[in-house]
Amino acid sequence: MKNYSIKVNGKTHKVSVDDDTPLLWVLRDEIGLTGTKFGCGRGLCGTCTVHINGEATRSCVTPIDNLEEEIEITTIEGLSKKTSHTLQKAWAEEEVPQCGYCQSGQIMTAASLLNKNKNPNDNDIDNAMKMNLCRCGTYQRIRNAIHKAAKKL
Amino acid sequence: MLKSNINRRDFLKISSTASTGLVIGLFLPNSVNASSNKKFIPNSFLTINSDNSILITATRSDMGQHVRTSLPMILSEELEADWNLVKVVQADADESQYGDQGTGGSGSIRELFPELRKAGAAAKEMLIKAAAEKWNVNVNECKAELNKVIHTQTKKQFTFGELVGKAKTYSIPSNPKLKNPSDFKIIGKSMRGLDTLDKTNGSAMYGIDTVVPDMLFATIIKCPSFGSKLKSYDSSDALKVSGIINIFEFNNKIAIVGKNTWSVFKAKSKIKVQWDYGEFYQWNSKKIKDMMVEKSNLEATTAKKQGNVEKAIKSSNFTLESTYELPFTAHATLEPMNCVAKISNNSCEVWAPTQVPNGLQEDIAKNLGFDINDVKVHVTLLGGGFGRRLFNDYAMECIEIAKVIKKPIKLTWDRETDMKHGMNRPASIHKLTSTFDKKNNPTSWSHKIISPSISAYHWGENKNINLDKGTINQGGINLPYNFKNMLIEYKCANTEVPIGWWRAVYNSQNAFANECFMDEIAFVNKKDPIEFRKKLLSKSKRHLGVLNLVAEKSQWFTKKLNSNQGRGFAIHESFRSWTAQVVEITMNEDNSFSIDNVYASVDCGIAVNPDGVKAQMEGCIVYGLTSALAGELTIKNGSVQQSNFHDFQLLSIDQMPKIHTYIVESSENPTGAGEPGLPPIAPALGNAIFNATGKRLKKLPFKLS
Repeated sequence: MKNYSIKVNGKTHKVSVDDDTPLLWVLRDEIGLTGTKFGCGRGLCGTCTVHINGEATRSCVTPIDNLEEEIEITTIEGLSKKTSHTLQKAWAEEEVPQCGYCQSGQIMTAASLLNKNKNPNDNDIDNAMKMNLCRCGTYQRIRNAIHKAAKKL
Repeated sequence: MLKSNINRRDFLKISSTASTGLVIGLFLPNSVNASSNKKFIPNSFLTINSDNSILITATRSDMGQHVRTSLPMILSEELEADWNLVKVVQADADESQYGDQGTGGSGSIRELFPELRKAGAAAKEMLIKAAAEKWNVNVNECKAELNKVIHTQTKKQFTFGELVGKAKTYSIPSNPKLKNPSDFKIIGKSMRGLDTLDKTNGSAMYGIDTVVPDMLFATIIKCPSFGSKLKSYDSSDALKVSGIINIFEFNNKIAIVGKNTWSVFKAKSKIKVQWDYGEFYQWNSKKIKDMMVEKSNLEATTAKKQGNVEKAIKSSNFTLESTYELPFTAHATLEPMNCVAKISNNSCEVWAPTQVPNGLQEDIAKNLGFDINDVKVHVTLLGGGFGRRLFNDYAMECIEIAKVIKKPIKLTWDRETDMKHGMNRPASIHKLTSTFDKKNNPTSWSHKIISPSISAYHWGENKNINLDKGTINQGGINLPYNFKNMLIEYKCANTEVPIGWWRAVYNSQNAFANECFMDEIAFVNKKDPIEFRKKLLSKSKRHLGVLNLVAEKSQWFTKKLNSNQGRGFAIHESFRSWTAQVVEITMNEDNSFSIDNVYASVDCGIAVNPDGVKAQMEGCIVYGLTSALAGELTIKNGSVQQSNFHDFQLLSIDQMPKIHTYIVESSENPTGAGEPGLPPIAPALGNAIFNATGKRLKKLPFKLS
């Protein structure tokens, strides 16, 4: 067990965990931020996606010991105040979620895409989003919501 | 399953709570059984609070099909509720209050529509009566609108909340007047899901998100090879992992309990296990297929016989035979199986993402020797269901672990356990035969189905049975096409591979075989696939409705495709909803193909929440395409070989076709949409591949060599 201090959604948390503990489980079990989901544990499905310094990252394969103390972690809970991010609004307007389990990861990946590319075309969306799986099949609406959000940026 | 002996007449049971609210619990007769027996099915709860807010209890599990929105819509419509004031609460397991809460068979809307309308209408009548008495006017002079009762002449009004105290003193009208569907304001309008915002900001709570005080975390090791036993294990290294509290054996499984999820996952990887492999260890996919092929040549059970197929074969000019084949496949919900259980001396509380809360409550009560009322089952949101969570195996494991540990336990399966221990769609082989006269008109249809039986696996000691009604009823004997000579046969082929109800169940298998074979028949007959089917479906209005709609919208008869393109059609009815689909593909130079468009039509009666119906069609199509293109479980050494999403690949956004859904306008009572969109997609794709390449692929997943 080691002591760590990590900054999540602008707030510093002190945790005591094994050094190989993936960030996902620090967020969920130690800090109580359950919006970030467990899907595969091997970086294959994208449900666990968070931002590390703005970059979409698979938290299930990111050991806490690899993280520098000063890095900024953003989870779905910290993406915006009162669900006001353009993507979250577009997600609701397009009625994207079905079961909703993958959607935190989808939105975090999409937010990282829009940070870098304000006007992504379908190819850009495919490349950014194809590692985020959705078993309910909401891909068409995800694509529409990203286009819609991009227009409002 | 209903044990109570409720009085025959329709009635609503009123019960007031300690609060100021008007609470209406419904005890309405099952619309199907009412006239034939004394069964009555209680349904839902409505609470109108004195602050004018409305709370509607969803009695079915929400796994993404949005019943937590569509069920309240139905009640709100008849109540004349202000939709903005409606909140939904999830019912705990309670069969005596809510009837069977099992969520499957695309049944929630179909089963609850009449009862929920009646519930809303009865409450509205009571509120109007209360207002009329207060104003001392005739009820006919009053109307309800947007959570208010209005006196039409004077425009005086009360909110529903203001009428609660008086309304709750009345007996509930047994036969309230229902609205004319042409006056619907909520039903038929696309409404935002009541959970949608929560699902975009991380606050939606799934089973896996449950936290209770003093909770410990657990995971499990199960023998990958089905039918094997635990011989011994060495947990010495695992016990050194920090946070590990206990590792123990139960029911041929190993439980690992610790202070957080990571500690138990990590410890799991350090346990060395010796298994006592059973007979099934010798089995693999090839052996299973050989067994099924052998069975396909044996005498089978006749499920339906019409006319004289033997005679048709003898007198035929030409006989067409085809064999179609589907593999085992997994549900692969993105939320792995999980459950939280808290057991005390004489009570138990469980939080589970289950599709069958009543069964779970019963099983736990039996397991612990508790009264059923001392077992509370809270139904959480489900991170996907698709039929997998109709089985409570994971929840009962959590109970076993909590019994030993005597502290609240959250059991989380890792993905590998989830993939290897699903309740998979059965594999199947379909032998189809048709005969033709001299003009190449088909004269007979024979279909022999060889497949394991889900009911025999779970409730028949996994012994082969003569006839599995589910298999033959879902697209076997109820073939919509009118053939004078028909023979449907069944042969059971169970193995140790666990099987269960996978989205659309046997419909997905039978429709694949039926609709590809129909295309073959049309080809022999030198007819357009849609024209050809249309003639044979002339007596089925609803089949024709979806067929014509999708033909029109896809421009089937007018659009010219490029030489490297192809398209296919399929149609199927399941769970009393009708769907037809057209798939358009483009062949690439490397002999791969991309799916450009899917046109889908659906007739599910009145579409309660049309956008929700469209979403379900999209979901069904993607789910079905995954199994058509990739999702295959293979067996080796008696185990599922696949373990995670690298070797069980799901369709991803870059493979996504454009889906265009069209809903048939209807005034029929609504039926479901969660499954019926699935069965036509694989055969429509197979038919498109044939159209583009001339190659008839008869095995899922499709592989173009």
